[in-house]
Amino acid sequence: MNNEQFNNRNVSENGYFLLDIEDYPTDGWGKFQRVVKRTFRGELFVGLWVVLREMIKFDIHTISYPAEKMPIGPRYRGVHEMKRLWESDAERCIGCGLCEKICISDCIRMDTKIDENSRKEVSSYTINLGRCIFCGYCAEVCPELAITHGGEYEIAADQRASFIDYDHMLTPIDTMKANAQKEFEGFGAITPNEDAGVKKSPLSY
Amino acid sequence: MDTAYLIETVIKVVILLLVFSALAGIGTYFERKILAFMQRRLGPMNVGPYGLLQVAADGIKLFTKEDIIPANVVAPIFKIAPVITAATAFMAAAAIPFLPQFTLFGYTVHPIIADIDIGILYVLGVMAVGLYGPLLGGMASANKFSLLSAARAGAVFISYEVVSGLSALAPIMMVGSLSLVDFNNYQADGIGSWIVWSQPVAFILFWIAAFAETGRTPFHLIANDHEIIDGFGTEYSGMRWGLFFIGEYANMFFISFVIPILFLGGFGDGSVLGAFALLGKMSFFFFFFLWTRAAWPDVRPDQLMWLCWKVLMPIAVINVVITGLVMMF
Repeated sequence: MNNEQFNNRNVSENGYFLLDIEDYPTDGWGKFQRVVKRTFRGELFVGLWVVLREMIKFDIHTISYPAEKMPIGPRYRGVHEMKRLWESDAERCIGCGLCEKICISDCIRMDTKIDENSRKEVSSYTINLGRCIFCGYCAEVCPELAITHGGEYEIAADQRASFIDYDHMLTPIDTMKANAQKEFEGFGAITPNEDAGVKKSPLSY
Repeated sequence: MDTAYLIETVIKVVILLLVFSALAGIGTYFERKILAFMQRRLGPMNVGPYGLLQVAADGIKLFTKEDIIPANVVAPIFKIAPVITAATAFMAAAAIPFLPQFTLFGYTVHPIIADIDIGILYVLGVMAVGLYGPLLGGMASANKFSLLSAARAGAVFISYEVVSGLSALAPIMMVGSLSLVDFNNYQADGIGSWIVWSQPVAFILFWIAAFAETGRTPFHLIANDHEIIDGFGTEYSGMRWGLFFIGEYANMFFISFVIPILFLGGFGDGSVLGAFALLGKMSFFFFFFLWTRAAWPDVRPDQLMWLCWKVLMPIAVINVVITGLVMMF
């Protein structure tokens, strides 16, 4: 199953048309005529044939959910992920705190410290998924494309507060070594033709 | 009454009860599967291979659920009502010849519990008594939706008894007997001798009435689907509710036997082929109950009454009169 069939939202192209519905009969004779017409026109058998045809075609649309899942769009806003740099496998997060500031449901908490190389480092980072509304502002505001949304949506919990922390969200180093980190294509991500759209600054003339 | 006859009858009763209780359960499985396939779903898939053990799971659930008798209900009537539905459904089966007679270890077995002379009258009459299940259950439930449903069930059942009785009358006049075995023997000369060719109108009317009497879609008014509750069964839980269910499905099976025996030649000349033909016809009519449920919407109660009293009953009466005239001249 692919996404294309869901992406076409142009209803006018999908064969929609207005039904030609007759007026309802008002008197007894008209109702009787309608019943006779419906009885001998065989409308009931049309219905029977339609369902029998579907049974014979056996075109089952069920997705047995826990065993198989619907494909989700690349822009889907699931549980957050922290990405690593492709060049060095180092964490992208620079601890700027913009995501904490912009979070409208106030669910991100982060602490930073200065590490031994005098670089700012994240010492603790949590997102309360119980409060998070998955609006995507944190991913949009992140200057380093570090915090993004992932595709995970099975986050039912037995408590209201359900925290994920930095290590949980960070791309595992094994995945990184295997070059399997997936970039987020949604809100805040670089669009494919970004380079062409960049305007040169006055300095480069 | 000799002892052999008594033992034989008891064995037949036990077999009938066991087979059709099991069939009622498996019938729910078929219904869910066929409805699912017609609606492009898979139906039960998780319990056992292809969900086959779903029946067992449902049975265990029904048996182990608490049997709640709510406050304010009329307890004795409330308790007995589901038993009436299930019991009358199985009692009606006593006069139905399910298979032709066959010889087992040199002993001739008649697969009918009682070949009484008034077979069809008995079957229709006992199925009509089944009305008291929904009616008393709904009235005793202390729930206004159950009461509404019971009133509707009473209206539907009584009305369609008229149609089924009058439509069965014309074939009865032709055969000259009420015994279902006589009906079968009357049509034993092959497809050409089936009553459906001489009584197509009666066949259609009886078939329509069968839908009303088993309470199936498109006449599924006894359960208040439009009120999103289960009609007269709303206050029932556990196995008492399950008895209503078994009664409904057993009724479907029995009426699916009665229609072919009345109109479509039954088991014919009594050969093995004839026996399988009867089972095949029965399967088709049972399948048709499920088929219509997937395809057709329910009618409104007033439309149902209108259909019964202003359309089907006059047609049935005219059919009887014409049959009588043809037989007279």
